[in-house]
This record gives sequence, C-alpha cells and structure tokens, in this order.
Amino acid sequence: MASTTATEAATLNSFNTRARQALRDERLRDAVARSTDLLGSRRVEALSELANADELRDAAAAIRSASVSRLRSLLDEWSDNFTALGGTVHWARDAAEATGAIAEIVAASPAGPGAVVAKGKSMASEEIHLNEVLASAGADVIETDLGEFIIQLAGEAPSHIIAPALHKDRFQIADLFTADSGQAVSAEIHEEAAYARDRLRRAFLDAGVGITGVNFAVASTGSICLVENEGNGRMCSSLPSVHVAIMGMERIVADLAELDVMLNLLARSATGQALTVYTNLITGPRRDGEADGPENLHVVVLDGGRSAALHSQYSSALSCIRCGACLNVCPVYRQVGGHVYESVYSGPIGAVLTPILRPDDPSARELPEASSLCGACTEACPVQIPLHDLLLKLRLERAPESATATRRWGFRLWSLAWSLPLVRHISRVLTRLGLRCTRVLRRLPSRGWPGAWNKCRDLPRAR
Amino acid sequence: MQALRAAGCEPKDVGGAFCCGQPAYNSGFAKEARRVAKPTLRAVSKASSGDCVVASGSCAAMMSHYWPELFAGTPQAAEARRVAERTKELTVYVSSRLESEPVNDAPQAESAAEVHPPLAEEPVVIHDACHALRGLGAAEATRRALAASGRRYVNPPGSERCCGFGGLFSVKMPDVSVAMADEKLDLLASTGCETVVSCDLSCLVHLEGRAGRRGLALRFEHAASLLEGIGPGAGK
Ligand code: SF4
Repeated sequence: MASTTATEAATLNSFNTRARQALRDERLRDAVARSTDLLGSRRVEALSELANADELRDAAAAIRSASVSRLRSLLDEWSDNFTALGGTVHWARDAAEATGAIAEIVAASPAGPGAVVAKGKSMASEEIHLNEVLASAGADVIETDLGEFIIQLAGEAPSHIIAPALHKDRFQIADLFTADSGQAVSAEIHEEAAYARDRLRRAFLDAGVGITGVNFAVASTGSICLVENEGNGRMCSSLPSVHVAIMGMERIVADLAELDVMLNLLARSATGQALTVYTNLITGPRRDGEADGPENLHVVVLDGGRSAALHSQYSSALSCIRCGACLNVCPVYRQVGGHVYESVYSGPIGAVLTPILRPDDPSARELPEASSLCGACTEACPVQIPLHDLLLKLRLERAPESATATRRWGFRLWSLAWSLPLVRHISRVLTRLGLRCTRVLRRLPSRGWPGAWNKCRDLPRAR
Repeated sequence: MQALRAAGCEPKDVGGAFCCGQPAYNSGFAKEARRVAKPTLRAVSKASSGDCVVASGSCAAMMSHYWPELFAGTPQAAEARRVAERTKELTVYVSSRLESEPVNDAPQAESAAEVHPPLAEEPVVIHDACHALRGLGAAEATRRALAASGRRYVNPPGSERCCGFGGLFSVKMPDVSVAMADEKLDLLASTGCETVVSCDLSCLVHLEGRAGRRGLALRFEHAASLLEGIGPGAGK
C-alpha cells in the first residue's frame, strides 16, 4: 500500500507540474482560448437554429444509452450484416490484439508490410498507438487529416478530440511544413493548405492501405459511417485496395433513423456545422462493376476496457460521440490545453474516460481531480452524459483507498473534530477572530493547502 | 437574515447548522462528509418544517442535490430527502417571494431611482456561481432579487465561466485555479463596475483574495447584503 501511496503522491503533482508549464506558454494559451471560444460559440449558434434542440438532445441521449445497454446484440446484428456484404470483422480485446490484427492485414496486402498507409483521423487508433506498431513493422504511415498531419510532423499527440493541432498557431505550422519540405513555406493559410494538399495527394495515390476511424456503425444495414471535413477520409476509404476501419465497440446505432438523429447533433456540437462536408456511409467493399472502393474492407472492433466499463456505474460515459463540446467549454482545458492530461482523451471526457478505460494506470487516477466541478461540460454534452457527476463518482470510489495518507487522515480527523459540538463552537469563534487578524495568519502557512492558497491569494477579510 | 426580513419573511436562525460536508464530499470522502453534515441535517430538521434558506449557492446545491445520495442507506435517508426538498438558495427564495415580474435584460438603465430605498447609483457586476447557475438555475432569480433591491446590475462577458474556486480544487490545483480567477477578474473589471456581487461566498473569497494580491480596485459583496435594500412593499 505504501508504494501505491508514494506513486500517487508523485503523480498528483504531475498534472500540476505539467499545468504550470502550459500556463507559462502564452502562445498555447492564446491558441487554445481562441479556438475553443470559436468552436463553442459556433456550437451554441448551430443549436439555436434548431427549433427542437432540446428534444433532439433527449432523443440522442436515449438512443445512445439504449445502444450501450444492448450493445452485444447490436454488435452481433451489425457484424452479421457487415460480413454478409463481404467485409471482415476483427474483435480486439485490447491494444495488442488490435494492432496485431491491423499489422497482419497490412502485411497481407498487395503492397506488403512496407506499404504506404494513408491514415484518416481516428481516436481509437491513438488509444492503441497504432502508428508506432505499424512503423516498426516497416510501414510508412502518413496522417492525412490536416491537424493530425501537423502533429505527426511535430511528433506530438492530439491535444483535442476533433481539432488535434488546436494548440498550434499558423507560424508554428509554417515552421513544421518548412522543415518537412526543405523549402520555405510561409505562414499564409492558403500557402500552408496548398503545401499540405500537394503532400497528402501523393500519399493517397501511393497508399496500399487506408486506415480510418468509425463514427457510427449501423446495425440494421451493416454500414459504417465516417464524417469529416477534408475529404481525406473518403480518399483513405476508397482509393487504396485495402481499407481498415477502427471502431470503439460502443459506437453503434440500431438503424438509419437513429443515425439521422446523431448526425444532426454531432457536427453541430463539434464545429457548429449543420452537417460535416463529407458524410461517408460505407456499406461493404467494392462490388462488381463499381468504379472505386476497396477490394478488402476490414473493421477492427476495439474493446480496450469498454466491456468492464459497461457493467460499472460509469457506463453512461460510453454514450460519448466524441464531439469535443465538453472540451470547448471546460475552464480547466481552456487554461492548459490537452497535452497536460497526458492521455489520448483530454478535457472532461478524458478525465472521466481515461481512468475508466485504464483503471490500472496510476497517472490516470489523478485526472478526476482536474476539475472545479463547475458542470459546464455536462451542460454542453449533446448526449447528456453527467460528466461532472461522473468525476465526483470517480473521486468517491477511489479517494478513500488511493489518496495520500495525509489527505485520508486529514479528512478523518477534521470530520471527527467537527462532529463534536464543542469543537464546532470553538472553531466558529476562531473563524471570527481569525478573519480579523489575517495579517498574522498571512505569515503562518507556507506549505500544503494553506500555502497553495496563500502563494497567490490574500486571505479572506472579516464580513 | 436582514435580507429575508426585507423580503417580508420571518426567518429563524438554525442554531446548530455548521457545515454541509461539501469539502470532503467533493474530495471523494463520503463517510467524512456524512459525519460533518449530520449535525447540520439534524439542526435543520429540528429547527422547523418550513423552507430552509441557504445563503451560499454551493452549500444549497450540496444540500438539495447531493444530500439524498450522501445519506442514502443510512437512518437519516428520509430526513435528508425532506430537507433537500425544502432547501432553497437565498436569491431564489427571495425572488420567489416577489411579485412575478420578468427580469429586464441587463444592463438595466434607470430603475435605481424608482425603487426605494436607492442603495447606490453605481451598478454592480454579477458573478454567477456555477452551482447556483447550473445546479439551481438561480441566474434569473439573482437578477430579479437584485432588481427588486433597487440596484442596477451588469452581466459581465463570459458570465457562465467558472471562477476557478471549486472548493479544494483551489488548493489542489492552485496554478490552474488562479489562472481561471485571473481571467474572470479581467472580465469582471472590463465592465467598469467597482463592485462584484455573487450569491456564493466561496467564489467571492477566492476572487477577492486574488484581486487583493493583484492590487485590483474591486469590491466584493454577497448578494444578501444588497437584498437588505428590498423595499417593504416588495414581498407578497
Ligand atoms: S462527453 Fe459529450 S460533449 Fe464530451 S465529447 Fe463526448 S459527447 Fe461530446
């Protein structure tokens, strides 16, 4: 137990340590505040255009929680239909099984293990660290979503669910493109876009395998739905002869009517668009006589801790449709950005999901603390996940065992003391006196929680 | 108390009420929270069977939303549910006692002189506490109550964003908490108002502490102290 406590103490400082670093980075803070403000205000605007936004949210929440509660049967239905269409399903319990399956598919593809792999945006692929595995097997993986491409060049992880390079400004992007091309790329947006377009077009044409995520699988039709704004997802899923889609196992709806509700909310909540520029509904591989589409279509269904979460008090977190709205309104995320969470998912949903999906990861355990429980996330979530209550539940479940000894004993003694009438009386009197002599108090505490207050804030005055 | 009397009520002080247990509960220590909250629960239910008015948004939210959960499965479960139903945040309570007029959109222009007694000419800027805003839906009530007190008020930009207090969050993650306070203070100050009003004392202590350290010329008042100016005719 002692060692857990020590690790805990070390990691408890690490969010703070990383946050301090981020807080000193003015460029990052500017970029994050500007982009989240923009995404957030567009979301509000797009939802206000709907006459029935509240009903739609109720419907979406109901659809998602019904899907989560009958996940097994929906997945079976989808898988039967998908297989009948000629697709191949791979069930992966964890990251190793998922990356193993995908590496085998790449190795067996016409281009072999050294294939150029054009990859669209997929958070599930981040969960399994796919790029590293494929690269070490010899593949040349290139991210084709603009944001993902930028952070791939920077050697970083996504800092936002839908806008992975949100923390970078255009000057930093110009530097990355210049280094990549060996020629000067200016910080003019159109020039940056032109460079990326040219570079990525080559990748699409060379690619032997395309890899994408999945926004929703549709059980009744066996389809997978992929939404995006750049057309790169469509390229990845139609140009190469092999297409592999990776899907978190909870991302399923029963039929097209349910998909309609979800699509109506997803883009509005994510970017404030009524619909994304490209909405791909892929129903099986290329059929005879069709001009394009992959000959081989695979879907890797990733469990990755989800089954365990299904049967816990946190199952509502599996309703998440990865819109990023909760990040955009989170006041903590706003100050420090996504990398500080050191987890694939950041912001409120990251602070909930990471400790649930990775219960044994000590660095995930401190994430539920990274919230003032203001509830802005819950209010923004299109599928009504009670995010701040889940954060609180995580604290309630885990703090009594995993908090530092000081904290445990502190609360125990505090509560014992305050359950005695005499102590309550004395502390009332002391509070009154204490508030009147803050000048003395100000000098006293320099460590621990009082010190943390005192370092940057004055003590309260008497009222 | 003054505020409630001004609104035409006859309040009774709950002698033994002390702490609602929120600091421990939000840190994940339910048992300890229960231990501290129990005497308060007892005192409230012993004091009266009427409404229990709480002059702090977050304590009110704790008592009305989380107490039933906190005491679930204990001998106090039923008592906690009853008290939760009766618990009202101060401005919500006061505004429910006023004639039901819709609030005008802030900033309000000329009402100060008409309602008596006019407290001051300068408008105040409202800080919406998160628990009151989202948990209790108190934003409109706070404004109605303030308007009735004859005080003009202004809504700051970013009014729905948290000030960074969050109970022990303010000391567990002090740097992020202070960064949030700084942004909030800048937004409040940008209105040109000198007085910040909120229905949550803990937000005010945090903001005031930070403003003091930064040397900002802002004053902080609990909504209760302004509500004392509600005219005698304002209550139903
Ligand atoms: S938790 Fe809700 S708001 Fe956050 S990303 Fe998921 S669906 Fe969107």
